[in-house]
Amino acid sequence: MSGHFLQIDKLVMRFGGLTAVDDLSFVVEEGAIHGLIGPNGAGKTTTFNMISGFYRPTGGTVRLRGEPISGLPMHEVARRGVVRTFQHSTLFAELTVLENALVGTHMNFRPGIVSAILGLDAENRRGARDRAEEALEFFGLLEFAGELAGELPHGHQRALGMAVAMAAQPDVILLDEPFTGMNPEETRQMMELMFKLRDSGVTILLVEHDMHAIMGLCDRITVMSFGRFLAEGGPQEIRTHPDVIEAYLGGGRHVA
Amino acid sequence: MPRAASHTAGWLVLAALLIALPHALSFSQQEVLVFLTINVLLVASYRLLTLTGEWSLGHVVIMGVGAYASALYSKQLGIYVPVSMILGALTAVLVAMVLSYPLFRMKGFYFLIGSFAAGEIIRLLWKRFRDPFGGPKGIKKIDPMPDFDIGIYSFDFFEPVSYYYFALAVVALSLWVMWRIERSPVGLTFHAVHWQDKLAQSAGVDVRAYRTRAFLIASGFAGLSGALLAHYIGTINPNSFDVELMVFVLTWAIVGGTATFYGPILGCVVLSILNEVVLRELGFEQMRPFIYGLLLICSVLFMPKGLESVVQYFMRRRPGNAVAKAQRTGGPAQYEAERGTET
Repeated sequence: MSGHFLQIDKLVMRFGGLTAVDDLSFVVEEGAIHGLIGPNGAGKTTTFNMISGFYRPTGGTVRLRGEPISGLPMHEVARRGVVRTFQHSTLFAELTVLENALVGTHMNFRPGIVSAILGLDAENRRGARDRAEEALEFFGLLEFAGELAGELPHGHQRALGMAVAMAAQPDVILLDEPFTGMNPEETRQMMELMFKLRDSGVTILLVEHDMHAIMGLCDRITVMSFGRFLAEGGPQEIRTHPDVIEAYLGGGRHVA
Repeated sequence: MPRAASHTAGWLVLAALLIALPHALSFSQQEVLVFLTINVLLVASYRLLTLTGEWSLGHVVIMGVGAYASALYSKQLGIYVPVSMILGALTAVLVAMVLSYPLFRMKGFYFLIGSFAAGEIIRLLWKRFRDPFGGPKGIKKIDPMPDFDIGIYSFDFFEPVSYYYFALAVVALSLWVMWRIERSPVGLTFHAVHWQDKLAQSAGVDVRAYRTRAFLIASGFAGLSGALLAHYIGTINPNSFDVELMVFVLTWAIVGGTATFYGPILGCVVLSILNEVVLRELGFEQMRPFIYGLLLICSVLFMPKGLESVVQYFMRRRPGNAVAKAQRTGGPAQYEAERGTET
């Protein structure tokens, strides 16, 4: 057992005869923005799903501060401090913005049925509301608090997805392709929000296709190809790494 | 606050109307009114179950569990009737808890079919075991509510009016409890589980535990409505809780709409009045299933959001707007906001 913050150790995921992720190991340091990239089908999202508890790995372990979290159901992983966002279904479109953030406070302000009926949970509700508003403020969404989340512009919806995760006060946030469908201006704003999030003490692990965003954001990058570990390093190393360039099939124009 | 005052006044007027109502009706209409009151509780509890997104076809059988249990407790064990009603409701919760283990391994259509099968198994058990369930003929001569006097009114349960007042009080209290639950953070979590169960789970919500919770609470109130029914009509059998009644519950909920608390209640009241006033008075009783089916199809086609959407149209406020309004005026959060209080 090591002192690493988030340690992915020899993860394996098989679906029948297909090995989606094969013997993958890497380490995410506390307070870092860590990118997980690779060509389509490299197994990035599968890896994400295993870390967040959405899938149970066929083999290997994920440890947070030395404590194994792999194989636990997703809500248990979340309670241990690892909260994820989704590529699709990022928010509750039918609920208001504030209600979305309130769902995020679930773990810290566990609702009770009896106290709710008798009205004994006023303090809890106020605490949850303060926390939710704080998270919305952080992402500049407080002015939309009463609006339906589904009616927000795309960029704000993405930010709200992160606000929901942040309201849960996690140690690690897993972001699944947070820049999908964003224009350059939205991407730039989102990157600023992520730096701000990191500076507030949250470790970020993200899967992303947008190379510009990845290179500008990440402290360290892990590259996967065909389910395996390919390379790891800072943005500069990865940009010039021969294996990485080859994996992207002469994709120098994507990478560089 | 004038708003709060007007609300209180509204509730008082409604209460006065409900208390005065039976005196404007004939004896048989009073009996129907008792059934309607019980059905309101049944359909409201059904909505609580649907909050987490799962639709059950076993709900009236759970109601039957409450009815059978309360009838047997009072008849065989001699338990005082109001107490046996509460025990009946708790028995329904217990049975629902046992059912929840297999049922909540399923979702959506599978849950629907599974709940139907589970309900049929329970009904077959009632039919198969003559002792204690009385077989296909069911239980007869169930002890009635004992008469009592509360000073201003003396309850004589031979009169439907008395039973109506008793049921009204029980149902009102139950509705209040369900209303409190729905507007609490627990209710918000139910909604979250409904709309995006994966996302809710990633926020640390134990999705299955919350589905089970909604199921148990809904079953408890359904069981209570069954107990109210059993001690009123005095005889129950497995066919009192068959799929036909389930279809009525579904029709009430769908025609009324399930987005608001009052939607299903509205559906139940409107369809029951339609049933009594139009069908029975005009002698179309035989065509009831036909007309209900037609109504269901028409409401799905032309009024997909249910009767409640008509009310909302005239109230000029959607659920989201009500919240937004509360926000802007610095009012309380969603689950404390004024929403659908105009039942």
